[in-house]
Amino acid sequence: MSATDASSTASLEEKQKMARAALDAHAHETVQWHFHPSTGCPFWLEQAKSLNFDPLKEVQTYDDLKKFPPFEDEWLRGGPVRRWVPQGLANEPVYVFETGGTTGIPKSRISLNDFRTDYELFSDTLPDEHFPKGSNWLMLGPSGPRRLRLAVEHLAQYRGGICFCVDLDPRWVIKLIKKGWMEHLEAYKKHVVDQAITVLSAGHDVKCMFATPKLLEALCEGLEEQGTSLPETGIQGIFSGGTEFTPQWTRFAMEELIPGIYMTPTYGNTLMGLACSKPVTPEDGYKISYYAPQPRAVIEVVDFDDTDRVVDYGGTGRVKLTTLTKEFFVPGFLERDEGEREAPFEKYPWDGVSGVRPFRRLAESTTVGVY
Amino acid sequence: MINIPVLRWGEPYESLEIDEVTHFMTGEPLAKVGQANGGLLQRDMRKAARARDVLRDFTSQELIDKIKQAADLYLNGTLPVGDGMQSPDDFARCQSATTGLPEHMCKGNMQKNYFVLTHMDQMLDALTRGLDLEILSRGYGKESRGVVVSYQAQSPVVGLVLPSNSPGVHTLWLPVIPMQIGLVLKPGPQEPWTPYRMTAAFTQAGIPKEAISIYPGGPEVGAAVLAKCDRSMIFGGTATVERYKGDPRVQAHGPGFSKILLGDDVVDNWEQYLDLMVDSIYLNSGRGCINCSGIWASRHTKEIAQAVAERIGPVEVKPPEDPEAGLAAFTLPGAAKAIWGDIEAAVREEGTTHATEQYGERLVEMERCAYVRPVVLHCQSHELAAAKKEYMFPFVSVVECPQEKMLSSIGPTLVCSAITDNEAWRRQLTDATHIDRLNIGAIPTIKLDWLQPHEGNIVEFLFRARAYQIAEELVPAAS
Repeated sequence: MSATDASSTASLEEKQKMARAALDAHAHETVQWHFHPSTGCPFWLEQAKSLNFDPLKEVQTYDDLKKFPPFEDEWLRGGPVRRWVPQGLANEPVYVFETGGTTGIPKSRISLNDFRTDYELFSDTLPDEHFPKGSNWLMLGPSGPRRLRLAVEHLAQYRGGICFCVDLDPRWVIKLIKKGWMEHLEAYKKHVVDQAITVLSAGHDVKCMFATPKLLEALCEGLEEQGTSLPETGIQGIFSGGTEFTPQWTRFAMEELIPGIYMTPTYGNTLMGLACSKPVTPEDGYKISYYAPQPRAVIEVVDFDDTDRVVDYGGTGRVKLTTLTKEFFVPGFLERDEGEREAPFEKYPWDGVSGVRPFRRLAESTTVGVY
Repeated sequence: MINIPVLRWGEPYESLEIDEVTHFMTGEPLAKVGQANGGLLQRDMRKAARARDVLRDFTSQELIDKIKQAADLYLNGTLPVGDGMQSPDDFARCQSATTGLPEHMCKGNMQKNYFVLTHMDQMLDALTRGLDLEILSRGYGKESRGVVVSYQAQSPVVGLVLPSNSPGVHTLWLPVIPMQIGLVLKPGPQEPWTPYRMTAAFTQAGIPKEAISIYPGGPEVGAAVLAKCDRSMIFGGTATVERYKGDPRVQAHGPGFSKILLGDDVVDNWEQYLDLMVDSIYLNSGRGCINCSGIWASRHTKEIAQAVAERIGPVEVKPPEDPEAGLAAFTLPGAAKAIWGDIEAAVREEGTTHATEQYGERLVEMERCAYVRPVVLHCQSHELAAAKKEYMFPFVSVVECPQEKMLSSIGPTLVCSAITDNEAWRRQLTDATHIDRLNIGAIPTIKLDWLQPHEGNIVEFLFRARAYQIAEELVPAAS
C-alpha cells in the first residue's frame, strides 16, 4: 500500500498522528535550514547568537519551537531586506511584499515561490464545477506592494486562466477613513468598482473572482444599478478574504447577495499564506473554520495571557501563527486576531480556528475592514 | 431573556450575530438582540419607496388617529417585543436596567412620548404653520388663502441613528409616520426598547408594518443608514455634529450647551431664579441636551455657584428603582472616570473653583458602572476652559461675564433662557443665530413647548417647498 493509500484509509486519529509526525519532521528540517551558516538568513543567524539554546541541536520537534522568544513583528519593519533572504536561496529572484504602512515604515516579507506554492495548494481545494479550469479571473482587491495581487494572478494562471486586475491602494483608503473624508471614500470605492464592472462587461469570459467582502457588496450594488447582477455576468465562483468574515455576513451573501454563486471564505496574511475554510453550510450555522496549510504554516489558538498554552477545543484565545518554509521562518507570531479552537477533521487532521475577529485588547486602536 | 430580531419592513429576521444586553448593575442578561449587517440594510433600501406607498394608502388624518390609538397602547399596553411581552412597568425596568437612567425617569419619558403622540395633530399644525396635510401627501395643493403651494418629500423614509444614553430623543421622530414617511431605525445598543415598543404600538394601532424597519447593529449599520437614506438624523458628540455640518441629507443632534443668561437688570435678584436654575441643571439627571450647563451673569456668580452647589451638591447615588433617584449611571466602562479626569483638569486652571467640593467625592465607582455626583464650577472669566463644558450628568459652570460680552462669548447654544427686561438686549438675543431655542424670561431650559420646532423643523427637513404651476381647473380646492 502506498503512503497516499495509507493516509486515505486511516482513521482520523491515525491521520492526526501522521500529520503531527510530518509537522515535527518539517519543523526540524526548517530550523536546520534557517540556522545553518551555509543556508540560513543573516537575520536568524544573528539572532541565534543571543538565544540561550542551540536551534540546530535542540529543535527536534514542533513543540521545541516554543524555546524561541515570541516573534516580534517590529523586526519586519525596515532594512536591509536582504537580511531575511536565506543564503541557500541568495541567487534566486526575490520579491518583497508589504503589509501596513499607512503611516511610517511598513512590515515587509521576502518571498521567492511561497506565494505560488500556497496558492497552488489552495487551488487543489477549489471545486472545479464552481471554479472551472481554464476560465478567466477578476482580482478585486488590494494591489501594489501586496502579495495578494500576484498570488491571485498565479492562481488563475495555475488553473489555466488569465487574471484581470484593478488598482486598489488600501493605505489611501485608511487615510480617507481617518480623515473622515467619507465622500472621497465612496468615490474611490466607486472608481474601483467601475473598473471591475468594465472588465466583467467586456466579454472576457471571466467566471471566477477574488473580492473582499466590502468590495463584493459594492460590486453587486453597482451591477444592480446598471440593471444586471453578478450571476448574470457569468461569475460562478468567488474566493473571498482580506477582511473579517462573520457567519451572518456569509449567510447574507449566500442567501441574498450572490445566491447561486459558490463562495469560499479564506483567512490569511503576508506572513502565513492562506488558510482554507471548512465548507460553510446553513446546517452548521454558516460557521467559518479555518485550517492552515500545515506543515508549511500552523495556526494555534492560545491563552490570552499564557501564549504557550493552547486553549481547549471550543475555547477562545488569540491566534498564533508559525510559518515554516525554506524562504521564511516565523516561530510563534501572535496575530492581531482572536477566535475559537476547532478540532481536526478528515480533510485537515490538525487544529483550526473559527469565529476569527480582531483581538479585543487591540481592536479599539485598529482600523479594520477597510477595503 | 427576550430575543429581539432585526425587523425588515416589519418582517422579523433572525440574525446569526447576537448582542447580549445586560443589566448595568448586576450584569444579568436581559435580551439577545439580533445584529444586522450594513449590506442587509442596503438591499432593503431598494424597497424604501414602498414604505411611503403603504402609508399613502391612508390619509394623514387617519394616520394621526392611529398614532393617538398607539399612544395609549404605548403608555398602558402589554406589547410584544421580540419573543416576549412587556407591560409598561417591564418596559421602564428594562430601559432603566440597560441605560442607567432611574426607572421613574424612564416612566417620565414615556409620558413625554405619550404627550407628543396624543397631540400629534396640534404639533403638525404648528410645524406646518397650518398647512392642509393632504398637500404634503399629494405634493401640491391650494392653501386656504388661495395660493398653490407644493411640498415635495425628499425621501420616502427617514433614517435614525439613535443613542443609547438618552431615551428622551425619541419624541423627535414620532411625527414622521403621519407625514407618510417610513422609518429606518438603528437603535442605540443599550436602548433597543423604545423603537421596538413604539413599533409594536404603531402596528397594533393599524399602521402598516411595512413602513418600519429596525436594524440593531454596529457602526457599519449606522453608516449604512446615513449612506442609504436621503434624509437621516444622527445623535452624537460635537465631532458628529461637525462631520455632518452642511450636509442637507443629515440632521446631526449633538451636545446642547444650553445656558441661562441673567441680565444686568435682574441679576441682583438672582435668588428669585434659584429653583429655575436648579431644575434646569438637575432634572432628568442632567442628561439631556436641554439641561443647563452654563449660568452666565456679570456679578454675584460666586454666590450663585454656592447656592446651586448647596442644593445639588449633596445629592447621593440611589438605586435605579428608587423613586428618589436623581442620578443616572454611566454604563460605558471608563466613561465616568474620564469625565471626572477632564473636570479635575479644568479645575486646575487658575480662576476656576469647584463649588461642590465640600459635599464629598464626586466620582462613585461601582463594579459594573460609575456615577458622577453633581458638579458646580465657578469661572471668573468666560475665557476659562470650564466655561464651555457640558457632560451628561448634572454639571454647570457659573460664569462671570459682562452682559455686553455674553452673546459673543457663549458659543453655540441649543436652549438659551435669557432673563431680562432689557428690550435692546432682547432684540440682540432674538437676532443671535448661534442660539437655537430662545426662552425670554423666567423659563427653565428644560421646559419644551412641543408646538415649536426643535433643532430645525422636521417638516422642512423632510419636505422641500418648490414652485408648482398647474392649470387652474386641475387644482384641488383647499379643504
